[in-house]
Amino acid sequence: MANNNIEAIGHFGPFGGRFVPEALIGALDQLDAAHQAAIIDPIFQAELAHLHLTYTGRPSIITEAKRFSEFAGGARILLKREDLNHTGSHKINNVLGQALLTKRMGKKRIIAETGAGQHGVASATAAALFGLECVVYMGEEDTRRQALNVARMKLLGAEVVPVKTGSRTLKDAINEAMRDWVTNVDTTHYLLGTVAGPHPFPTMVRDFQKIIGEEARVQVLELIGRLPDAVLACIGGGSNAIGIFHAFIPDTSVDLIGFEAGGAGIETGRHAATITGGSVGVLHGTRSYVLQDENGQTIESHSISAGLDYPGVGPEHAYLHDIGRAQYRAINDDQAMEAFALLTKTEGIIPAIESAHALAGAIQVGKERGPKAVLLVNLSGRGDKDVETAADYFKIDL
Amino acid sequence: MATQLDEMFVKTRKENRAALIAYLPAGFPSLEGCKDAISTLAESGVDAVEIGFPYSDPVMDGPTIQQAADISLKAGTGATEVFETLNFAHEVGLPAVVMTYWNPIERYGVDRFAKEMARNGGSGVVTPDLTIEESKPWNSATLAAGINRIFVVAPSTTDDRLARVTSQCSGFVYAASLMGVTGARTDLSSGGRDLVARVRKTTDLPIAVGLGVSTRAQAREVAGYADGVIVGSAFIKALLDAKDPQSGLEKLGALARDLVAGVREGR
Ligand SMILES: Cc1ncc(COP(=O)(O)O)c(C=O)c1O
Repeated sequence: MANNNIEAIGHFGPFGGRFVPEALIGALDQLDAAHQAAIIDPIFQAELAHLHLTYTGRPSIITEAKRFSEFAGGARILLKREDLNHTGSHKINNVLGQALLTKRMGKKRIIAETGAGQHGVASATAAALFGLECVVYMGEEDTRRQALNVARMKLLGAEVVPVKTGSRTLKDAINEAMRDWVTNVDTTHYLLGTVAGPHPFPTMVRDFQKIIGEEARVQVLELIGRLPDAVLACIGGGSNAIGIFHAFIPDTSVDLIGFEAGGAGIETGRHAATITGGSVGVLHGTRSYVLQDENGQTIESHSISAGLDYPGVGPEHAYLHDIGRAQYRAINDDQAMEAFALLTKTEGIIPAIESAHALAGAIQVGKERGPKAVLLVNLSGRGDKDVETAADYFKIDL
Repeated sequence: MATQLDEMFVKTRKENRAALIAYLPAGFPSLEGCKDAISTLAESGVDAVEIGFPYSDPVMDGPTIQQAADISLKAGTGATEVFETLNFAHEVGLPAVVMTYWNPIERYGVDRFAKEMARNGGSGVVTPDLTIEESKPWNSATLAAGINRIFVVAPSTTDDRLARVTSQCSGFVYAASLMGVTGARTDLSSGGRDLVARVRKTTDLPIAVGLGVSTRAQAREVAGYADGVIVGSAFIKALLDAKDPQSGLEKLGALARDLVAGVREGR
């Protein structure tokens, strides 16, 4: 490991930090200061809580998946229903927080990257709500597979810019958003959608997402009188996972398990399982695990799920992995789609394909641990956006 | 110990003029084509070259450099080719630095990269996304290898931070004259002049200005207040737009001679 500056701000052990053009330092410092001020400001907290109560629809409920459980070794499966949030995923938690900060910083324009389109939709929604200009960068490949969300963003008044460079997916959308930000940083806030990127993003986005685990911990205790045995979530950049993990980190009896996108299988090289199949490197301003070749060039990731199709991962996950507090496994496309179909047919809930990776994980872990186990699963989003992909996968005539 | 680049700036300061520094990505338009271009630049009177390490995610670069990097990466350019190109520039007598995003250095090995730079006659490395907070291992590696450590500063960098960044620099300070990515601009803002004045208050190191310079008039203007003028996208465009390699080199040479004249008209 090259870096020993672990005492510096914004690090998680040797991970995290800031690897960005000097032009962005001022904006990152400003954002960090705004975030630090907000977390101790009762007015900000009340404003955000009010929005969550009256707009997001928080707290999100817990649903026990009783019929699904039969296929998961009989383990009790508790779903944290982030899919029921306004706009259909956990992304809104972070977006509303950052939109409030944008207002506080006096900026009038937000830009965002999006893969599945959920973060883009949430950003466009907040922009409509707060009267901000909004530009969303989205890989051209993703505009095709998540066409419904492109239409939603446009209806909400956002400009959607298809990114035609590189793999034309999430990674390239982030590159393009960073270029926009370097150019327009005085007037623009980059509303990053996950716990990656330079400090303060990994910490700040986590702080806006940790409400998921804080609620769920209380809800599970109320429901079953004890903590769950394991908490499961899918990993793209890692925001829904860190959101549900965070409150449980001190509970050492609770296993934290993240499920990365195994794509066509780790052995094929066509995957997005950054921790499972990658190595330590720097991408998009932070040191973490990265899919890269021997020259440090990013390797294109592959996943049926646009929201997990990213060759990096948040630095806090890299740290939790290295200290052994959380474990990370890969779920391939077929396993995820099987779990997608299963939850739909057994519970009447169509999950996002991203979240289906966590559900496939629940099947796996449930079979390992049996009926005594209680598994809390983050159902990070709903699957409306994915019906075309699913129809195509299951060869359903439309 | 002075690098070839340090000596070049001593000379241009003595001649009371700014240096012209040309940027090209290694392996563009091809491994050999890049060497031919470097020869042409040397013959045309360019003072130094900055050899780009093409990278898959160049967030500081506009479309022109992205396109060149893509071409180079598709041809398989990696560290070996970068060092080979560096060595070539050294052989033709041009002071040469490498410009690279941080990850390729970290992947290669920080100490090993610095050593290999020195072994191939390189004077230093420009690191556009390495912040001073993260640079400790790089500081010791470059010190041990005896090469220059060139950080980039921007118009938004505060005075206080400028002093901290330039205190970590050697060789020269790279002043990015405007807020934005690389690429030719028709109008240069006053940002470069103001930034150079602020940098001067913190250091005696030479200051080179990059971002957006593409014409003789712009080179003349920047040479009036800076110690170096860095031109990249305009040279790349000359090669990209050419219908064959030979005419590309001719256009490159013509542009270089124009800019060489420009920097001499600055004061
Ligand atoms: C529903 C859903 N879940 C998960 C993700 C992955 O992101 P993260 O790992 O940051 O939660 C996305 C991203 O688009 C998403 O839309």
